[in-house]
Amino acid sequence: MSKRFDFSNLILWLGLLFLYIPMLILIIYSFNESRLVTVWGGFSTKWYFELLKDEQMLSAIWMSLRIAFMSATMAVVLGTLAAFVMVRFGRFRGHTLFGGMLTAPLVMPEVITGLSLLLLFVSMGQMIGWPAERGMTTVWIAHTTFCTAYVAIVVNARLREMDLSIEEAAMDLGATPVKVFFQIMVPIIAPALLSGWLLAFTLSLDDLVIASFVAGPGSTTLPMVVFSSVRLGVSPKINALATLIILSVSFFVFLAWWFSRRAEKKALREMREMME
Amino acid sequence: MNKLLKKLIPDARTGVVAIPYVWLLLFFLMPFLIVFQISFAESEISIPPYSAIVEYVDEVLTFNLNLGNFLLLLEDDLYFVAYLSSVKIALISTFICLLISYPMAYAIARAEPRTRNILLMLVVLPSWTSFLIRIYAWIGLLKNNGLINNMLIGAGIIDEPIHLLHTDFAVYLGIVYAYLPFMVLPIYSNLIKLDGSLLEASADLGAKPWKTFFTVTLPLSKAGIIAGSMLVFIPVVGEFVIPELLGSPSTLMIGKVLWQEFFNNRDWPVAAAVAMVMLGLLLIPIVLFNRYQLKEMETQ
Repeated sequence: MSKRFDFSNLILWLGLLFLYIPMLILIIYSFNESRLVTVWGGFSTKWYFELLKDEQMLSAIWMSLRIAFMSATMAVVLGTLAAFVMVRFGRFRGHTLFGGMLTAPLVMPEVITGLSLLLLFVSMGQMIGWPAERGMTTVWIAHTTFCTAYVAIVVNARLREMDLSIEEAAMDLGATPVKVFFQIMVPIIAPALLSGWLLAFTLSLDDLVIASFVAGPGSTTLPMVVFSSVRLGVSPKINALATLIILSVSFFVFLAWWFSRRAEKKALREMREMME
Repeated sequence: MNKLLKKLIPDARTGVVAIPYVWLLLFFLMPFLIVFQISFAESEISIPPYSAIVEYVDEVLTFNLNLGNFLLLLEDDLYFVAYLSSVKIALISTFICLLISYPMAYAIARAEPRTRNILLMLVVLPSWTSFLIRIYAWIGLLKNNGLINNMLIGAGIIDEPIHLLHTDFAVYLGIVYAYLPFMVLPIYSNLIKLDGSLLEASADLGAKPWKTFFTVTLPLSKAGIIAGSMLVFIPVVGEFVIPELLGSPSTLMIGKVLWQEFFNNRDWPVAAAVAMVMLGLLLIPIVLFNRYQLKEMETQ
């Protein structure tokens, strides 16, 4: 049935072309010799070297990577706890509010999130003197908050697939809940933790709007630099940067996908062997 | 003694709930209360640039509730038009996304399991790469001397470049491009759960394929359609980057207005009022989305 060429398959392929052609062209033109981005002037890698010389860009990249690393790590901790609560705890006091706060960040317009967090930080600064000024910490808090929701979704999906009987068996054999969590749950949901972390990392790396609101003068992130440059028009250096981002993200996503597939296959095989 | 201690020290369960709970209360819910509060302040040249709502001077506690920001939103046409056009743009682009995504999700759900995984990854991958970069890619394509115009002129179809960039068309294109994966995923995850025997039963009973689709498949995938639509509609209403980079200066969207009030006019209270009204406008869609998402997260 799937071999048959029909309407939905046609749309699928057109849709994929639509998604990939602009990125492909961006990559091709990053190797363009000419400064005019739309005229092909021969193959060259000079824009990549130009990029390496751009101090402002490099420090913004370093800043973004650090923030993304810390935000993703914190978001994995909070998101995993939240996912665990949603799946295993049943109903508790304040359950509805918790669910609402966990899912709303997924759709909340970024301008609202950004503005509201900024006003929170300013009010807190006035009232308790912290944060005294906006900077890396405020961006980290903001990113952790919205990334937590995404991590929770990813981990939640994995937890729901998990076989409850393994946990129950461990508990019956006398393992403490903490031990069950770290020795049984964590290894099983490890692929989900990894993909949750990666998702949070890329989301943080990519955020322009929220960071623009809550960043201070010393914490300019990469998207902020890119945005101010893009506003002035297309530049080949940005093309080079875009290519690096697209290729490295694709590489890691592919790697994560491959590993999780291998893990799945292995689990399936082990299951079959046990049955025999 | 032991019992008292047990009562005083929260158990592990409470602790596990409390950590993410307190974080979200503090950094997700609290901010909205503060925005609500500041939307009643007056813009001032000070640090921070708004007046205090509650003042305690000479043993007199005064509340200065300024309704001016909300009245401004009512009086000045700009805001009303911006809200309206944001909702219009979001509705139309959500609908276009749905039209493209449904067949895509349908095709992926019907593919063989092995290809299905690859196809899914191909759809998701773009949304993992930079949003900003993907919007930027369209600038180079749509410009007057951009690739599309160059190709059309080269092919002899047109003599003069068509004005594509900085138009409403470009905004729709950018939105559909950026948000497409968010629509495909929930529809797919809904379609994949569809019981194949229902379709067989329908076919056995003599229904034509299109009839089966409209009377069985489509109604059963309603939840996925709603979730996907909300995932696109709600953020698009407040979208800033796409209208800013691809739209014309006359493309009015409320996210852009909020940004300008905040960054260009430095009027924080009006920006807060704009955010509050936007939130009110989106409340029903957000609740709708929450319901779906929670149901999804809790069914085991």
